[in-house]
Amino acid sequence: MRRSRSLLGMLLVVAIALTLGACSRPQKEPGGGRELTVGATTEPAGLDMVTVAGAGTPFVLLYNVYETLVKLDNEGAIKPLLASEWSQSPDRLTYTFTLDPQARFASGAPVNAEAVVKSFERARSDVATATTRSKWAVVKTVEAAGDHTVVVKLSQPSNQWLYDLTGPYGIVTDPTATGDLNTTPAGSGPYKFVKWEPGSSIELEANKGYWGTPARFSPVFFRYYADPNTMNTAMLSGQLDIISNLTAPQSIGQFSDSSKYTIHEGVTQGEVVLGFNHRTTALSDVRVRQAINYAIDRSALVDSVWGGKGKLIGSMVPPTDPWFEDLSQTYPYDPAKAKQLLAEAGLSSGLTLRLRVPSLPYGPTSARFIAAQLQAVGIKVEVDELEWARWLDQVYGKHDYDMTIVAHVEPRDMSAFAADGNYWGYANKDYNALLKQADEGTQDEQTAKLKEAAKMLADDAAADWLFLLPNIVVTTPEISGVSPNQISLSFDLTTLAARS
Amino acid sequence: MTVVRRIGVRVAWLVGSLLLASFLIFLVCNALPGSIAEVILGTNASPGEAAALEERLGLNAPFLDRYLHWISGIVRFDLGVSYYTGQPVTPLIASRLEVTAWLIGLGMLVAVAVAIPVGAYAAVRRRHADGVAVSALSQLGLAIPAFWAGIWLVIIFAVELRLLPAGGYVSYWDDPVQWIVHLILPVTSLALVQASVIARYVRSSVIEVTHEDYFRTARAVGWSRMGALWRHGMRNTAISLLTVIGLQLATLLVGAIIIEQVFVLPGLGSLLLLSVSKRDLGIVQAIVLLLVWSVLLINFLVDVTYQLVDPRLRRQGDRS
Repeated sequence: MRRSRSLLGMLLVVAIALTLGACSRPQKEPGGGRELTVGATTEPAGLDMVTVAGAGTPFVLLYNVYETLVKLDNEGAIKPLLASEWSQSPDRLTYTFTLDPQARFASGAPVNAEAVVKSFERARSDVATATTRSKWAVVKTVEAAGDHTVVVKLSQPSNQWLYDLTGPYGIVTDPTATGDLNTTPAGSGPYKFVKWEPGSSIELEANKGYWGTPARFSPVFFRYYADPNTMNTAMLSGQLDIISNLTAPQSIGQFSDSSKYTIHEGVTQGEVVLGFNHRTTALSDVRVRQAINYAIDRSALVDSVWGGKGKLIGSMVPPTDPWFEDLSQTYPYDPAKAKQLLAEAGLSSGLTLRLRVPSLPYGPTSARFIAAQLQAVGIKVEVDELEWARWLDQVYGKHDYDMTIVAHVEPRDMSAFAADGNYWGYANKDYNALLKQADEGTQDEQTAKLKEAAKMLADDAAADWLFLLPNIVVTTPEISGVSPNQISLSFDLTTLAARS
Repeated sequence: MTVVRRIGVRVAWLVGSLLLASFLIFLVCNALPGSIAEVILGTNASPGEAAALEERLGLNAPFLDRYLHWISGIVRFDLGVSYYTGQPVTPLIASRLEVTAWLIGLGMLVAVAVAIPVGAYAAVRRRHADGVAVSALSQLGLAIPAFWAGIWLVIIFAVELRLLPAGGYVSYWDDPVQWIVHLILPVTSLALVQASVIARYVRSSVIEVTHEDYFRTARAVGWSRMGALWRHGMRNTAISLLTVIGLQLATLLVGAIIIEQVFVLPGLGSLLLLSVSKRDLGIVQAIVLLLVWSVLLINFLVDVTYQLVDPRLRRQGDRS
């Protein structure tokens, strides 16, 4: 009898917990702003953006906890942040930044020239990642000229450098912080870091002494989901206010009830590239590369593999860059034209190519679609699916492939086609020269030269740009100010607001 | 052979299998194709950088040296470092262990608490419709994978009824009420399958017991059927139940890995899967070692308890 009573007791405890749990749901902090929970996919590997690579860290911390001298706004323009103004010398080699005298770190210490110089020197030192150091390679000196002025001298003019300064490579760190920055970030942003539960979530709270517009939410939780379906379920059950990016666009129908959810559709900077190995004899012939471009119906491909979401771009430039031109019609779907080009190249009797793709969501499905379409014009495609580590080893490292599909998600990555020994084996002196001139020229020159370079890549059929990964943000209807496009690496909380 | 010696032999076997397991795990993790350095650097790196990183991670040293370095660290409770972040693995795993331990512990507790009365009931009423129904239901429970049960529980209780959270974890020390609220669904889906397995064992061993002479005697002196079962039957079924529970703990560990994914629980399983996808072998080999070692240890403990608990086994041992 005693046993059954204790069982009854246990059930009672569970029942009480259930009711309490159901009651304690809507938590609103009195006075301190509304609570916000954001679902995300990539958890940081560490919290110090200078020493740890990866997109997960700036997503949470950039512009929210850490600030930069200049930032990207939602249209991709460079705007003042910690620096209220800046100027460039006529030879474009010297930048002078004037710091906002109001700016304070969350600790209360002033954001002065000394703090900026210290932060920049850290990014240039050996503790920084190879990528961070390479972004700073063009810089000769960083000096304080008075309390609120910082002077940076470059060894050659570079538009890219100022752009990179808006990202994780340009954050200004509190020099008075004594803790390990990898576990306790210390910045000047509107939010303060509270805690990180590895494998689960990161919590931020409003920085009460923020020097600019105060934070509208507190606390803010970033919750991590390894599986996109689990994140969708969390949203459907009311655990999330925002899905920061719906990575499985096929599931968008779950949020079609507009009284409960708002869907913001925009673009990322992730170009899904059907890459050609230019070292392969057949693919070194521009006519073969163009034939493949003609043979693939990209719009049908997006419909079939990516739920119809994904813009056609035609070159290595997303629409959010100032030099974007719609080049998606360079090679309209035309199998007859493809066959004709193949015949001209002396391949009318057929051709066999290996398409080796990583086993990522877009890889195998796109590969099968492409294999079928190329089959129709007489190209036999052997599809080979590789786990990511093997793909990096065989395709990216050893160049053992004819064609491959991978998304290039880095911002402003046209330079990938100019890099020495790039995995496509694309080498074009004229293209490299255009990129160099663009980096060293004025802003207008940069735009003009990069337009020309993007067109050159398309005309040369250096690759087949299948589509641009969409940015799909789902929120509850109260949330406003969401930027539909993914322009910076930050999930910028400063533009968000909530109707109550 | 005395009990002490018999246990001594088992300890020697245990140490041998622990060592062999650690070697095999290290071998497999390091024989995987692809370079860890390349995965860490991704599509941003030049070939020179990858080689430099391999050097820095100490991946260039001979295989045996690296194994010995690893295993000698483990003896000092140092499970190595994450290749990604360079952070030591031991505190990382310790923080995740709490979640998995609760999940498995509570899952087993609930499963046993449900299985014993259900199994006994099914045995006693085996010739009646309700007894047959109970045993058919447990057969059904066996066939349902834990993750599938989990997904349905989420759809019903989180998405439709919005009574319970769909996932996530709150530490007991932060908020005990939220802790139990977040664990109800995952523990239920794990316990469902386990309870079915255990209930079937309870049922068959109870049936066996009811055929024994001492049971008939107990009934003859006036005990009710249930009363006789509680007083005499359960004690005798306890031994075989203990073995089953030990064995089931291993499957529970595996089930927990998947359940942690379904419910976004920051336990060992989700850390393992994440590390596998990132090729962070420093973490992978540490967790796999921990899981394999716990299974070996559980089996060892069941074996030893067996020796200690059952006087019949002890006497047999003395004779040999």
